[in-house]
Amino acid sequence: MKTSLSRKYWMAVSGLFLIIFLTQHFTINFLSVISEESFNSVSHFMGTNPIVQFLLQPVLLIGVVFHFIAGFMLEIKNRQSRPVKYAAYSPAANSTWMSRNMIVTGIMILLFLGLHFYDFWIPEMNVKYIQADMSGLNENGEFRYYDELVHKFTDPIRVIIYCLSFVFLSLHLMHGFQSAFQSLGARHPKYTPGIKKLGAAFAVLIPLGFIVIALFHYLSSH
Amino acid sequence: MNLTLKVWRQKNAKSEGKLVTYQVSDISPDMSFLEMFDVLNEQLISKGEDPIAFDHDCREGICGMCSMFINGRAHGPLTGVTTCQLHMRSFKDGDTIVVEPWRAKAFPVIKDLVVDRSAFDRIIAKGGFISVNTGSARDANNIPIPKQNADEAFEAAACIGCGACVATCKNSSAMLFVSAKISQLALLPQGQPERYQRVLNMVEQMDKEGFGNCSNTGACEVECPKGISLENIARMNRDFLKASLIQKPKKETGGGAM
Ligand code: HEM
Ligand code: SF4
Ligand code: FES
Repeated sequence: MKTSLSRKYWMAVSGLFLIIFLTQHFTINFLSVISEESFNSVSHFMGTNPIVQFLLQPVLLIGVVFHFIAGFMLEIKNRQSRPVKYAAYSPAANSTWMSRNMIVTGIMILLFLGLHFYDFWIPEMNVKYIQADMSGLNENGEFRYYDELVHKFTDPIRVIIYCLSFVFLSLHLMHGFQSAFQSLGARHPKYTPGIKKLGAAFAVLIPLGFIVIALFHYLSSH
Repeated sequence: MNLTLKVWRQKNAKSEGKLVTYQVSDISPDMSFLEMFDVLNEQLISKGEDPIAFDHDCREGICGMCSMFINGRAHGPLTGVTTCQLHMRSFKDGDTIVVEPWRAKAFPVIKDLVVDRSAFDRIIAKGGFISVNTGSARDANNIPIPKQNADEAFEAAACIGCGACVATCKNSSAMLFVSAKISQLALLPQGQPERYQRVLNMVEQMDKEGFGNCSNTGACEVECPKGISLENIARMNRDFLKASLIQKPKKETGGGAM
């Protein structure tokens, strides 16, 4: 983390890792729209498998923390690099809003992650590792995951916050996806246009998918 | 044309500056932006005031001296030109134009619109020598170079060190400039012996000078008067990554360079 470029590499690698994680998270969540049963069984597997719980989960946590700390470090350094601001400055003439506001969209995602942990992760940790109930069952002896999910999305305020957060995620990825490749030097006239298109598609479709899931559960429970 | 100018005036590096408003009249639309400044300075001199200090030399877009941040953009509203290549016909009669120096920690203001860009020189100096034979001129095709590499190296070498990339970047990052200087040698056979040491040294110096990081916004590429491509930054990132991975610990050897 000593040089400007090594910070960029870590930023890009952790960002790409989070993109892969996001794809996996989306796939599992989408199961809840298709089939309650398979969502329950996959959730139970993810929630109790030791490799997922004790290897992948810590790696993910470290990845997230690493990513936003590196992001804050870059932001501080960048602000210090221009102590006197311009009286007139028109950055919109030569760059996109998304590319200039990664820290803004990033902080919004971070705030969302706080809520998301409060909603799902902390209760989950409590049940499994403090109350030591690894069964994944509720009082009626059925899997509890699907019901818990639906329950959260009966609250319209929460649904709105989730949907807004996904918009910020979309804006973050709209620049971030292709930017990560550039940071690592992966640029080539043959592949870069494709990477940019894939990034734009990913940045729209995945957050949109999450929004669909949230709205689906909200609407079907009312 | 009649124009209102708001120009940054600052006595010296230590003093505080401020924007001062001036009126200029009867400006020909065919004047360059610098010629318009000459007219204004004539007025100031005849009134016994201190003329506005600004950098310029060739006035034909090749020296890179004419740094001016005009209405929020490096070298003014056009892309692909320097300030000396900007003409008053790009403005409208009655316009108010704000003119500021490049703003970056690594480019301190010396006076008015003049900034100290010697950080760029120190980065280039840090790149060091290249190992080539000196003496009489070589036979043209002695060292085979693929046409595409020669062209790309030539395009990278077109950088005039104007600093517009730094000035326009929201992070005051110098990566477009540094990557152009690295690429022009990294693409050619003559640049190979010191290729990986060079990128490490130049990036180290770039960080030391206090330039920011790259956020890949692409603003530099848009404003660069020489059309230097982000392709070069990607090449620098690749080379630095490789260089960091293969770098060996320094050893004291019995003489010889490096
Ligand atoms: C936890 C809150 C987050 C914060 C505070 C944050 C912050 C940032 C910042 C400031 C940058 C720009 C760095 C620069 O200027 O070069 C960035 C880039 C990036 N972020 Fe995030 N981010 C967060 C979450 C995420 C998530 C959840 C993902 C993916 C699902 C992600 C993916 C990326 C990618 C791919 C990049 C581009 C990396 C590059 O430019 O090389 N970020 N992030
Ligand atoms: S890269 Fe372009 S904008 Fe930057 S110093 Fe060189 S010529 Fe000027
Ligand atoms: S004065 Fe030389 S480039 Fe403008």
